[in-house]
Amino acid sequence: MKKLINTPETVVSDALLGIAAAHQDLRVDHQNKIIYRAAAPRPGKVGLISGGGSGHEPLHGGFVGLGMLDAACAGEVFTSPVPDQMLEATKVVDAGAGVLHVVKNYTGDVLNFEMAAELAAAETGVEVVAVVTDDDVAVQDSLFTAGRRGVGVTVLLEKIAGAAAEEGRSLTEVADVARRVNANGRSMGVALTSCTVPAAGRPTFDLPDDEIEVGVGIHGEPGRRRLPLAPAADIAALLVEPILADLDFTGGDGVVAFVNGLGGTPLIELYVMYHEVARILAASGITVVRSLVGPYITSLEMAGASVTLLKLDDELLRLWDAPVSTPGLRWGV
Amino acid sequence: MSVGAIDAEALGRWVRAFAAEVSRHKEVLTQLDSAIGDADHGANMDRGMAAAVAAIDLESPAGPRAVLTTVGLTLVSAVGGASGPLYGTLFLRMGAAVGEAEVLDGPGFSRALEAGLAGVVARGKAEPGDKTMYDALAPACAALAAAFAEGVDLDDALAAAVGAADAGRDATIPMLARKGRASYLGERSIGHQDPGATSIALLVRTAALTLGTGSGLGGAGARVCVEDAGTLA
Repeated sequence: MKKLINTPETVVSDALLGIAAAHQDLRVDHQNKIIYRAAAPRPGKVGLISGGGSGHEPLHGGFVGLGMLDAACAGEVFTSPVPDQMLEATKVVDAGAGVLHVVKNYTGDVLNFEMAAELAAAETGVEVVAVVTDDDVAVQDSLFTAGRRGVGVTVLLEKIAGAAAEEGRSLTEVADVARRVNANGRSMGVALTSCTVPAAGRPTFDLPDDEIEVGVGIHGEPGRRRLPLAPAADIAALLVEPILADLDFTGGDGVVAFVNGLGGTPLIELYVMYHEVARILAASGITVVRSLVGPYITSLEMAGASVTLLKLDDELLRLWDAPVSTPGLRWGV
Repeated sequence: MSVGAIDAEALGRWVRAFAAEVSRHKEVLTQLDSAIGDADHGANMDRGMAAAVAAIDLESPAGPRAVLTTVGLTLVSAVGGASGPLYGTLFLRMGAAVGEAEVLDGPGFSRALEAGLAGVVARGKAEPGDKTMYDALAPACAALAAAFAEGVDLDDALAAAVGAADAGRDATIPMLARKGRASYLGERSIGHQDPGATSIALLVRTAALTLGTGSGLGGAGARVCVEDAGTLA
């Protein structure tokens, strides 16, 4: 294992020290491993918190700031945070209008956020609504699985719901917007390499040099199938086709096309992929009105990419375009 | 302590014994979890149970309810992942079920464990055969309740629960996972023993050794999993 760390045990807390040092707009509670906006919550604004295992940066801490999250709870690498963290964050960001929890659909995340919401209700009376993202079409969604995983749509949801909260909308309205984003978004990823969790010290899975894992999860969960490495055009089709088969993206007000890097793939390759994705979408009669290209929800140093499509309506588009100022996303300010 | 009278001290011994067994077998638990999960069950449970023992040492909780509640709250706060809320809820619901009792008899402990199981089901939505901790815990609860209904003494009732938990654990091997991260594997989860059911079997066995005399268990030590030749003292 070759990593720029001090010790595997301190990687999360050391990174939080760096985030605090680098970003004056943020405040870090190092004891509870929570990243907040430095400014106190604006009275009457719905609070937005998220969180999850570390190792997916900039998600979630890099999306704390104006127009997105109010707080992000950092768990150990690839391990969900504990309820105490979300309870504390909920109390701190509540400004009288309630708090939205943005939760990726993994059993640990869902259970720990659920317990936090129960504790918040019992201890503080703060109104909490949770919205769970489950956009990964690689997983069969049935009664016989934990359901689809929350991946790329989480980034888009945090941006759009954050904008709705910033406008002063109610908790019910912000939650409705968030659910609409999740319902209209789909994703699929591919890994070219595994990744190494610092505490484990060795790659999570073995993947031969000439093979790819199609449908991989952001913790190195197995995908749909393992295939020989192929040109980007072919791989883009492998990712886009299952997404289009799952939801009709034609019509409406167009889509956001999001090509995400999993951590170890350079931007030049992501743009190669974006071109191929855009070409397939155009041929399929789908209008791309906004794009996002870069590493936004990663899996440590895993090489690979994911594609997320979000079907827009005029309100979602307006909220997507609203000003945002976070370490990970910034425009209009 | 007289046999059949389960007080705070006995429950404390159970918690310590379970913590010691989790620590001793954490590599095996993690190994089972790396096959079908995310390779952290041993480390997470070890961290959580060590914290639970430390909390009991620090707070010296008085009464069964306080012991069980302290353990539950500590597990929720220290473990993370799915095991934290599930094991935490198991102990919290047991604590709530024992009420203000200073001493539990066997059937009282059995009812508390049933309440804990109900909490795990409510939290995790597991059903029989999903390949989870439920598949070892539910048979153990049922065996315990059935034994007391027949008027069996505490040692023999706990021994029956151990047998049922071990059988339930082994029965997870051919199951297709339907809950948690293992469910993403689909058919590939078949043939692997569930790590949560494995730690539950340790929990039930240590209960027999600490809440009773363990005399009903016979001389043979326990196998933790197929790959593991280890025995329990």
